[in-house]
Amino acid sequence: MTTHYLVLSALLFAIGGVGVLVRRNAIVVFMCVELMLNACNLAFVTFARQNGNLDGQLIAFFVMIVAAAEVVIGLAIIVTIFRTRRSASVDDASLLKY
Amino acid sequence: MEPAEIIQHSGGAIGAAWLMIALPLVGAAVLLLGGRRTDKFGHLLGVLMAVASFVVAALSFAQLLGFAPGERRRGIELYEFIPGLAKVGLLVDPLSISFCLLITFVGSLIHIYSIGYMAHDPNRRRFFAYLNLFVAAMLLLVLADNYVALFVGWEGVGLASYLLIGFWQHKPSAATAAKKAFIVNRVGDFGLLLGIFTIFATFHTLAFSDVLGNASKASSGTLTAIGLLLLVGACGKSAQLPLQSWLLDAMEGPTPVSALIHAATMVTAGVYLIVRSGPIFQGAETAQLVVTIVGVATLLAGAIIGTAKDDIKKALAGSTMSQIGYMVLAAGVGPVGYAFAIAHLITHGFFKADMFLGAGSVMHAMNDEVDMRKYGALRKVMPLTFWTFLIGYLAIIGFPLLSGYFTKDGIIEVAMEHNAILGWLAVIGAGITGFYMSRLVFMTFFGAKRWEPTAHPHESPAVMTVPLIVLSIGAIVLGWFLIMGNRFMTFLAPAVGAPEEMPAFHPFSVPGLATLALVAIGAAYAWMKYGRAEVPAVAPRGSFLTTFARRDLYGDALNEALFMRPGQWLTRLAVFFDNRGVDGLVNGLAAGIGGTSGRLRRVQTGFVRSYALSIFLGAAVLAGAWLVVGNL
Amino acid sequence: MGESITFWVLAVVSVVAALGLVFSRKAVYSALMLGVVMLSLAVLYAVQDAPFLAAVQIIVYTGAVMMLFLFVLMLVGVDSSDSLVETIRGQRFWAIVGGIGFAVLLALGIGNAIVGPTRGLATAVRDGNVPSLAELIFTRHVFAFEVTSALLITAALGAMVLAHRERTEAKPTQKELSRQRFVAFGKTGKNPAPLPGPGTYARHNAIDMPALLPDGSVSPLSVNRYIARYEESRGILPPEVARVLEEEAEQQRANGHGTPTTAERAADGGPDTEPMPEDGVVVGRVVGPRGESGGESRGGSVSEEDGK
Repeated sequence: MTTHYLVLSALLFAIGGVGVLVRRNAIVVFMCVELMLNACNLAFVTFARQNGNLDGQLIAFFVMIVAAAEVVIGLAIIVTIFRTRRSASVDDASLLKY
Repeated sequence: MEPAEIIQHSGGAIGAAWLMIALPLVGAAVLLLGGRRTDKFGHLLGVLMAVASFVVAALSFAQLLGFAPGERRRGIELYEFIPGLAKVGLLVDPLSISFCLLITFVGSLIHIYSIGYMAHDPNRRRFFAYLNLFVAAMLLLVLADNYVALFVGWEGVGLASYLLIGFWQHKPSAATAAKKAFIVNRVGDFGLLLGIFTIFATFHTLAFSDVLGNASKASSGTLTAIGLLLLVGACGKSAQLPLQSWLLDAMEGPTPVSALIHAATMVTAGVYLIVRSGPIFQGAETAQLVVTIVGVATLLAGAIIGTAKDDIKKALAGSTMSQIGYMVLAAGVGPVGYAFAIAHLITHGFFKADMFLGAGSVMHAMNDEVDMRKYGALRKVMPLTFWTFLIGYLAIIGFPLLSGYFTKDGIIEVAMEHNAILGWLAVIGAGITGFYMSRLVFMTFFGAKRWEPTAHPHESPAVMTVPLIVLSIGAIVLGWFLIMGNRFMTFLAPAVGAPEEMPAFHPFSVPGLATLALVAIGAAYAWMKYGRAEVPAVAPRGSFLTTFARRDLYGDALNEALFMRPGQWLTRLAVFFDNRGVDGLVNGLAAGIGGTSGRLRRVQTGFVRSYALSIFLGAAVLAGAWLVVGNL
Repeated sequence: MGESITFWVLAVVSVVAALGLVFSRKAVYSALMLGVVMLSLAVLYAVQDAPFLAAVQIIVYTGAVMMLFLFVLMLVGVDSSDSLVETIRGQRFWAIVGGIGFAVLLALGIGNAIVGPTRGLATAVRDGNVPSLAELIFTRHVFAFEVTSALLITAALGAMVLAHRERTEAKPTQKELSRQRFVAFGKTGKNPAPLPGPGTYARHNAIDMPALLPDGSVSPLSVNRYIARYEESRGILPPEVARVLEEEAEQQRANGHGTPTTAERAADGGPDTEPMPEDGVVVGRVVGPRGESGGESRGGSVSEEDGK
């Protein structure tokens, strides 16, 4: 059963990764990042039960906290960028290049 | 008879022999450093120093005659150049004092002559400074008691020669000739240096007394090597084959320079070197053979070149080459030839200087025209020059009872005894000498006037003719004085050794008569072609042989083909390699990095998704690697 | 058995929702899909003896974080949708290759990482999940916990700093705003009065009913083009409204271009679209008469409709 959870976690993680790569809307990209974090959390929780140790749950908890902080800052940045550039596309912010 | 021991000496004129070198050196220093302030009296100071040097030489000679023949080698210590290695001292012996007398006497005369010859040259002071420098260096060369000091003098005369050939450096031809002389001399100097190194490696000393006294102890192979290397040096300095090419071009210098340096003294330094290093050559038969072959080859080559030249100075230069060839031939024969070599050297110094100065006098009168085809019939206009030149001419072709008759016939007889082939070649050379010298005299002083319309020939002033007269007197009597009764051979014996049996003088030997006959034929042929017949103003095309001789036997072409062209190719190759290879490597590297960077920077698209993709793929690769490694 | 059923159901749901999150064109749908995934995961946490995390997942993620996402979506334009045309060459192909490869490798990797039977949390959790976690958090990991609090404070401050915008000039007074309106009227003929509200002369107070002028005809100013288009497609557009729209379209063609002039656009603005001074971010214009202008980057609701 544990393996199933882990495979699900890997699947969700990969889907989130693909989403980060193919979507251009910064907010959706952000959501995909959250999806990846959640997939990780699932793996942590699964390993916690597998190993009979609460540390996995604990780290999942910390991941949530950090993710919350990250979302706050990330969204603030998106809003700021949108305010100046009138666009939430990550491809539009491509000035830092060759 | 072996050379005598060297006796350390001080006091008297010999003790002050260093003054011979110092006086002209001071003269040169004053004239060069004093600048234009010395313009007024520069020529007088130069003459004074040369004459003073001659006085010291004459006094030393007188003092030397006072000693018994076995005690006539006098060494003078000056200072220690390299402690424990090289002491610098002077060696006054019959050989060196003969050279000193020749150099200072002829040198003084030419100094005096130059006062008149260079009267209108704005740089006359500088000319006399260089002349004094030359006299000092030449005296150091012959007075040195070791090879290092000899080499210093050797280079000093080379420098003076360079400066004087290029004295009219505003003429490109003169500048080029000076460079040519310098470079060809460097080749010879390189050989001399290697020879000196080999001497030091073999004998661990460079003093003549130690080296030559112990020469018999060294192996014949070493002596051969040393002898050949010294011969290379001698060839460079004395314009012997194959380093002869510079001498003809050296005639670009003022005529007194040609007379003093390139006829009477400097070019004979090679003969001096061979005679001075006699014991080395006597221990190496191969080296001696090479010396004689070089001598004969050069005497023929010089004579052939002399037949084709229309430039009076170049014809004389060819003759100089030829006569030095005789001396080298004699020097290569061994002790029996040394006296004849040096005697011919001294008499040649007189009559050739006489002729060169005479040629200078002619040029002076003909607006510096050197082409003999534009001379003719000058004997009436310039009687003094003509008569003195005629004496020099008769001396060089070996007219009986004049200098050349005694000394050159002596050389031919010695060579004949040594090797019949060499001897007969020398006889043929004498015949050619008779032809080309007669040609020169007939073209210049006889026949019809072929002057340029602007030429107004006149006799030269006394300051120029008096030296001519003195030199022609020497050309008349010196040969008889030196050779009769083996006087000179006896005198030189303490310095260079002498054969057990003194050669007797045979006035009517077969070679002597043959020489006279050939010379007469040559002179008669010259009279037919250039005296009686009309001389065309423009040189006729001539046969292949004529062209061959006119082009200096293709010596320059050979040098160009052998050394200059390959050198140029090498240089071009190096330039090409540098441009394409080295620079190409560096530039290619830079361009490669630049180009790669230019393409690589396209990776930086600025799209955050591209970067994320690379991170993601990298993570995937890492995960794969983790799996692979984990399962190993 | 019960866990198995729960897992298989929720696994399918969460994977489908995740795919929906990635491939739906509209950000709002993506957000909703994300919510579905999170809720599914919360249940899976609960199933795996992590009730506290399940609660936190629902409260923090689905509650707070998701709401934040939605708020920002509102802020930057809820109607914004991606064109699915990929602009970076090879990006999509390699992303999918990488994604599949990564999923396979990861599944192989951590799937094989399990050796031995599941131990369960019975020994680790002596007095309940929450007290045990609390004990860990406030004893062994207290320093990390304090650091996270500092992180959260910093994040809050950072968000405030980033979102805050300094006002560089005085706020215009009512008098100035009024003057501006009339200056604009003098220059461009823009109606200085508020737009007619729906229902002023309406027979209904519904938003899809145009206002009627005193003569009973439809006021074009009050026609919501978005709704009009929708009704037209359904065939229920009232004929008088259709006539008004036709007249307006004709007038535009006479003007020589398809897009309304500045004056027209200004005139189109309803009372609810009074632009926020100096602020480009206009909130809440879900339904507005500007639909057809479509000139702005974040697009209008019309394009959203086009997608259907």
